[in-house]
Amino acid sequence: MNIVEDLLNHSRLALAKGITAVENEYDNAVEIMTKIYPHTGNAYVIGITGPPGAGKSTMTDGIAKEYRKRGKTVGIVAIDPTSPYSGGAILGDRIRMMDLMGDDGIFIRSMATRGSLGGLSQKAGDAVKLMDAFGMDVIIVETVGVGQSEVDIVKTADTTMVVVIPGMGDDIQAIKAGILEIGDLITINKADREGTDKLNIEMEMMLELNPEHVQWRPPINRTIASRGEGIEEVVNSIEEHHKYLVDSGKLAEIRKKRIKSEITDMINVRVNRYIDKNVVRTPDFEKTVTKLQSRELDPYSVVDGIVGKVLK
Amino acid sequence: MANDTLKTEFKRYMDEADAKCAKFPERPNLEPNRLYTPLDIEGFDYEKDLGFPGEFPFTRGVQPTMYRGRFWTMRMYAGFSTAEESNKRYRYLLANGGSGLSCAFDLPTQIGYDSTDPMAEGEVGKVGVAIDSLADMEILFNQIDLSKVSTSMTINAPASVLLCMYIAVAEKQGVPAAKLRGTIQNDILKEYSARGTYIFPPKPSMRLITNIFEYCSKNVPLWNTISISGYHIREAGSTAAQEIAFTIADGIAYVEAALKAGMDIDAFAGRLSFFWNAHNNVLEEVAKYRASRRIWARIMKDRFHAKKAKSMMLRFHTQTAGSMLTAQQPNNNIVRVALQVAAAVMGGTQSLHTNSKDEALALPTTESVTIALRTQQIVAYESGLADTIDPLGGSYYVEALTNKIEKEAMDYIKKIDDLGGAPEAIAKGYIQKEIQDSAYKWQMDVEQGKRIIVGVNKFTQEEEPPKNLLRVDGSVGKLQAKKIADVKAKRDNAKVKATLAALEDACHKDEKTNLIPFILEAVRAYATEGEICGVMRKVFGEFKAHTAL
Amino acid sequence: MANVKVLVAKPGLDGHDRGAKVVARALRDAGFEVIYTGIRLTPEQIAEAALQDDVNVVALSLLSGAHNTLFPKVVELLKAKGMKNVLVIGGGVIPEADIPGLKAAGIKEVFTPGTPTTKVVEFIKANVK
Repeated sequence: MNIVEDLLNHSRLALAKGITAVENEYDNAVEIMTKIYPHTGNAYVIGITGPPGAGKSTMTDGIAKEYRKRGKTVGIVAIDPTSPYSGGAILGDRIRMMDLMGDDGIFIRSMATRGSLGGLSQKAGDAVKLMDAFGMDVIIVETVGVGQSEVDIVKTADTTMVVVIPGMGDDIQAIKAGILEIGDLITINKADREGTDKLNIEMEMMLELNPEHVQWRPPINRTIASRGEGIEEVVNSIEEHHKYLVDSGKLAEIRKKRIKSEITDMINVRVNRYIDKNVVRTPDFEKTVTKLQSRELDPYSVVDGIVGKVLK
Repeated sequence: MANDTLKTEFKRYMDEADAKCAKFPERPNLEPNRLYTPLDIEGFDYEKDLGFPGEFPFTRGVQPTMYRGRFWTMRMYAGFSTAEESNKRYRYLLANGGSGLSCAFDLPTQIGYDSTDPMAEGEVGKVGVAIDSLADMEILFNQIDLSKVSTSMTINAPASVLLCMYIAVAEKQGVPAAKLRGTIQNDILKEYSARGTYIFPPKPSMRLITNIFEYCSKNVPLWNTISISGYHIREAGSTAAQEIAFTIADGIAYVEAALKAGMDIDAFAGRLSFFWNAHNNVLEEVAKYRASRRIWARIMKDRFHAKKAKSMMLRFHTQTAGSMLTAQQPNNNIVRVALQVAAAVMGGTQSLHTNSKDEALALPTTESVTIALRTQQIVAYESGLADTIDPLGGSYYVEALTNKIEKEAMDYIKKIDDLGGAPEAIAKGYIQKEIQDSAYKWQMDVEQGKRIIVGVNKFTQEEEPPKNLLRVDGSVGKLQAKKIADVKAKRDNAKVKATLAALEDACHKDEKTNLIPFILEAVRAYATEGEICGVMRKVFGEFKAHTAL
Repeated sequence: MANVKVLVAKPGLDGHDRGAKVVARALRDAGFEVIYTGIRLTPEQIAEAALQDDVNVVALSLLSGAHNTLFPKVVELLKAKGMKNVLVIGGGVIPEADIPGLKAAGIKEVFTPGTPTTKVVEFIKANVK
């Protein structure tokens, strides 16, 4: 099969195989990505993140259904952490989206984080591009907001939504400090629980403190995603944010930033791997380390020497 | 001996014994103590902790005479293929000394689909009998006098529909609802946490349950309106303490729902019944049954202020553990079942189903079902286990184990209360996670040889594949399709439409509107189960599992 | 970095998921990426999920006796979707007599009650493409 040609002709199998190629870094991955690149840039990308147990995949399921109602096709990239012990993973998001199976306007891909050298954000970004080239109108990237690489992924979306739930206790502090800043939308899920009003006030106060929220103030929506309640309003908010980005010219700005950060990431990954392979995993390097330990060498001169050679 | 002297003596004795058999390799997974003495039940108070059978806290049993009065009900769970086939099996069991019926329905029936529904493909008549309308139910109980037999039905999400069908069949036999005896499982919470045959979301499901409580308290007073089931929780992999803890937590939720609906505790609590597993560890199981009675009695009295003794009694049905049957050397299962029966009987069960030796392979044949029934009869008439009440009461070990299981279960119940009760703990996935962890641990223990299953990971042997398994052929689906077509051609379709419309209206009203009379009307008009559940699906929506691993 | 992806699914209406969940966890602990899709699925839902995640293995579990209808249907649908080289395996209460038929229909191995999870892991490692 010709993955690129078939994918552009709406072959779901080709889309699946294309994502596998980038995920597993097959030899043909670069060629595929090069060829589909001109066909990308049309989809609207939504990032969804939040702490474990916030109901992100149920929310994603609901948002996808709402977009389908509005006549849009939807791609979903759902990311779950790889177990540091076994290297395996349970990809558990799809279970909440099984009744989307059979709808040709939906394509869901589960991805595992696969450790730090895996270049997760690049792979997820490539999966988004493949869905984009396939012709999906909206692409949702869903990930747990715990690790930096996961946050990096949603940060590159056009609209980023942070999902929180009442009764998280201390967890909320971590969110305050970290991922909340990246939210263009805040959604309080499981809003029939005790503590919803209090959480809402806390969120309001935190948004007050952020000086960046002059032109766009993140709206706070309430949902009970398991019953589909409040989802329509969330999608309305996403669309408002979309409109704001277009009207203010910010969309082009964001996308330019995204391209810049993607390229930087790609360079970093490439350089890291090159160094890992050609410098770190060499017998010479081991010897150098031994000499550093006995203080025959100093780290500054060593780094200067290596970098000078590598960046020649 | 005073306890102090005993302590000193016990220490001396154990030291000497340890020295004698200094280095014997202990088997893994054993009780910490090899010998129990009065020291292990310090503070034991006969009146407070045990009492007499038939009296609070019912640790020793719920009736004053137990099996001296009459044996437990030997109730064999059966049903497969068509109503005609199952009717034959029921009449065979009754003719052979079975004393009650227990209906197994196929999965489409349990999930509210007609046999012709695309979702029913491949499943019709497989794990139980296919029931699509009152017409099937009439055949199922043909020549069985419903005023004489007590019938248990394993039906949950659509329990209301099947109960109405039973009432309607009785009407045709001239038996008034007030004389009907039996049980519907009707326990939706464990469907969400362990068994999987849910239809509607929790809220309307709880409404249906309280509607049934209320309707039966007025119209079918001898009927057990719910069988709060730990059986499936245990089958899903829980421990003994988790089995009773999660089930009693479900029970608490049903009581609270009924109280919230405005019912008086003593008006319905006496009709609540339980359903326990009989697992392999005989003494642990006996302690489990005893602990469950004591916990429930205390909760009903202290927490819910029940007045009637009947409201505080935990009456239970038992089934031997299906998950403990092995596909390897299936004849060994006969022995396992016999030991499980011993546990259930010494634990004071009110009724009992025994699994057949071939059920790890397929549905049981008539021959293997007969052995399973005979096993109960041998324990009843020959073993002496049923001759005195609570024969293990007062055993140092069993009393200590009863206390231990009670404590473990109460800790779980407290934790579930803190999470906001069973429905909330299930919504959060807490109960499912605890069960899964236990199941995984069990499996790993077996694989690492820390737990021995004879014929599976020790004493294995090459064997011929078993023969003569029961097979349900694929034609049942076609037969049912024809029956549905016949029913639809014969019935008054305008009346069906009208009764279904009335039911839909009632569903939209708040939970004070009791749905049972509307369902009964639709059933009498020969609306199919799929049509009735379809109306409720439309109004109530469907539940989706949110459990992750 | 090609990891083996396994879809664990329960076709039909049977809710007994103890075995499927235990196997899913054991496979994760053996280093596989496991997509657990839960209970009460149609063959179409399973095949479509297998395609979207481009899995290497589809592991089906069923205890209700509907395996002769539902397992082969999953294989057929995978083929129809162009999913070649997917290793389809099954487990549950499955009589010995049904196994040859299931194998002929493309179910590569059938695991009956009492099978250790390590055996499933080994089989996948030896047969996955």
